[in-house]
Amino acid sequence: MAGLHHLYLTVGPARFRVASTWQRPLDQLAALYGDYPASQDSYADFTVRLEPEKPWRRYIRPSVHISGDFWLPDAAPLPLNQSLLAAEMGMNLQMALGWRRHLLLHASSVEKDGKALLMTGLSGSGKSTLSAMLAEKGWRFMGDEFALLNPDTGMMHSFPRLISLKNEAIAAMQAILPESRFGPLMTGTPKGDIRHIIPPADAVQKMADTARPALLLFPRFGYDPILRHMGKSEIFVRLTQASTNYVALGETGFRTLTKFVDTVPTKAMDYQSGEQAEELIDSLWNKLS
Amino acid sequence: MMRNAQSLVDALREPGMVLSLDGACWTDLISIARAESLIGSLAHRLTGIEVPEQVQPVLKDAIQATDLARRQALWEADCARRALTSLNCKTVLMKGTAYVAADLDAGVGRSIGDLDIMVARDELSAVEELLLDAGWEWVKPDPYDDQYYRDHMHELPPLIHRERDRMIDVHHTTLPLTAGPTPNAGAMLENAVRLDSGLYVMAPADMLLHSIAHLFADGDLAGGLRNLWDIDQLIRQFAQVDDNFWMELGARAKLHQLEPHLARSLRLTALLYGTPVCENLAGPAKVTDNLYIHRLLARDGWGRENRKFTRQAFYIRSHWLRMPPLMLARHLWTKWRKA
Repeated sequence: MAGLHHLYLTVGPARFRVASTWQRPLDQLAALYGDYPASQDSYADFTVRLEPEKPWRRYIRPSVHISGDFWLPDAAPLPLNQSLLAAEMGMNLQMALGWRRHLLLHASSVEKDGKALLMTGLSGSGKSTLSAMLAEKGWRFMGDEFALLNPDTGMMHSFPRLISLKNEAIAAMQAILPESRFGPLMTGTPKGDIRHIIPPADAVQKMADTARPALLLFPRFGYDPILRHMGKSEIFVRLTQASTNYVALGETGFRTLTKFVDTVPTKAMDYQSGEQAEELIDSLWNKLS
Repeated sequence: MMRNAQSLVDALREPGMVLSLDGACWTDLISIARAESLIGSLAHRLTGIEVPEQVQPVLKDAIQATDLARRQALWEADCARRALTSLNCKTVLMKGTAYVAADLDAGVGRSIGDLDIMVARDELSAVEELLLDAGWEWVKPDPYDDQYYRDHMHELPPLIHRERDRMIDVHHTTLPLTAGPTPNAGAMLENAVRLDSGLYVMAPADMLLHSIAHLFADGDLAGGLRNLWDIDQLIRQFAQVDDNFWMELGARAKLHQLEPHLARSLRLTALLYGTPVCENLAGPAKVTDNLYIHRLLARDGWGRENRKFTRQAFYIRSHWLRMPPLMLARHLWTKWRKA
């Protein structure tokens, strides 16, 4: 059986061993995660595996099958030129299915003065782009995929993976960031065009710093700018849907989430541009005690 | 890099051995244990051992995950009990759910997926109807598969609950009707032990023999280390509390036509997990035992199944065991045409 290349990655509290039939995705990861802490001891919470779907698919129309300690039976393989995306999806999959130390919310998060702003919503709501944008304007980037809520302390933990930009967001960020911050452009992925950016240096240096959740937004891109009130029961139900491990945590998940909903101010936010979103966010943020 | 699952077996057998593992070995061991669905059992076995701080949260997660699996399994069993109350039939829990319901060592840290129950064959259609009324639905609406299950299998086609998304397998005996041995399902039901909940579990010898039949007469040994760990834990507990256990086990194995399977499993569990077994029942070692060991340990440190040739051989064997050759050919032909 073919041997595997591998590397270790540490992102926030999680440690990954990424193993791959091909060196290529590992070289890309090594370049993009170059400033993240290196593993000294080879421990890992999860193993991700990137392997050909069938042995001969290593060379002929290579296709990358994503698996690992935790896996889904029907995960579709990706072409080799999207193997970086496959690695990122593989790490997400481990977190979504296997992580139990925090309540996972599918949300982006940024921090200022020890307080965290969370943004959650469907794909296309702009939560990832907004977090990337705010990260360039004085906020500390904490993550664009999962927000980690500590069940014991109620604090947010950072999980600052590469920021995943899709479609129009790529050009928008290219306008303000140097090329050196970008990974390779991957076209024609299941989610359209994807390009990763390396988070700002302070996001990586301070990735062990926690923050108190202070504001939750449900952004929606493409509508007239407005902030809307949301009922607690609606917030609760939508967050159960946005959490990948709410059910798996059982009573702990319920306790953690109800406390979060009870204490964190929440608004739905419609917007049509980054500037509008920033204005709305500032207006809310300045009113927080 | 670990080349097989021996370290997992060693850690379960002699937990102190983990003290010599370095970081890379631990990462291998964790991947292997997860792939074999033994991470929860391993975590419990390592309680009280000074494991590195990097590993502690992984093991704690595994314990919590299996705690939840246990609660969910018991809840699911109770849902089935309530659905079948009006029928007043003996509902016998099987496999993982039975181990946790009876609070056996084999249930500690065990992962549990589907709910498996056994009822008398003449109650089958009434049970089916009540479960459908209570929200379970067919998983495989394919007419060939459905008929195949009903004519030749030891269970109904699998049902899934439309709200809780959990599967139930309703058995009327322990092996496919086309398999060689014919366990005496009536005797198993007769001897089943009633729990406080009103549900039943098999009597000790039958419970062990069902686990053995499942591993050695019905499958390709995929995930076999977990199944063999069940067998080890059941034997240790049953043999300790009942002096007559081995005698009873021998008699029931004969009744259920599972003597060779019992012998094989006793030898393998003794070899791998160091289980104290009755030498008379285990019989003399066979050369083929090594093939079984080779197959059971086919897992590398990345968590991948390896030894493809051996696995394929056992896969073909598993079909061979389940049905006569002509029937197998017809079955595979039909499945191939439909694929």
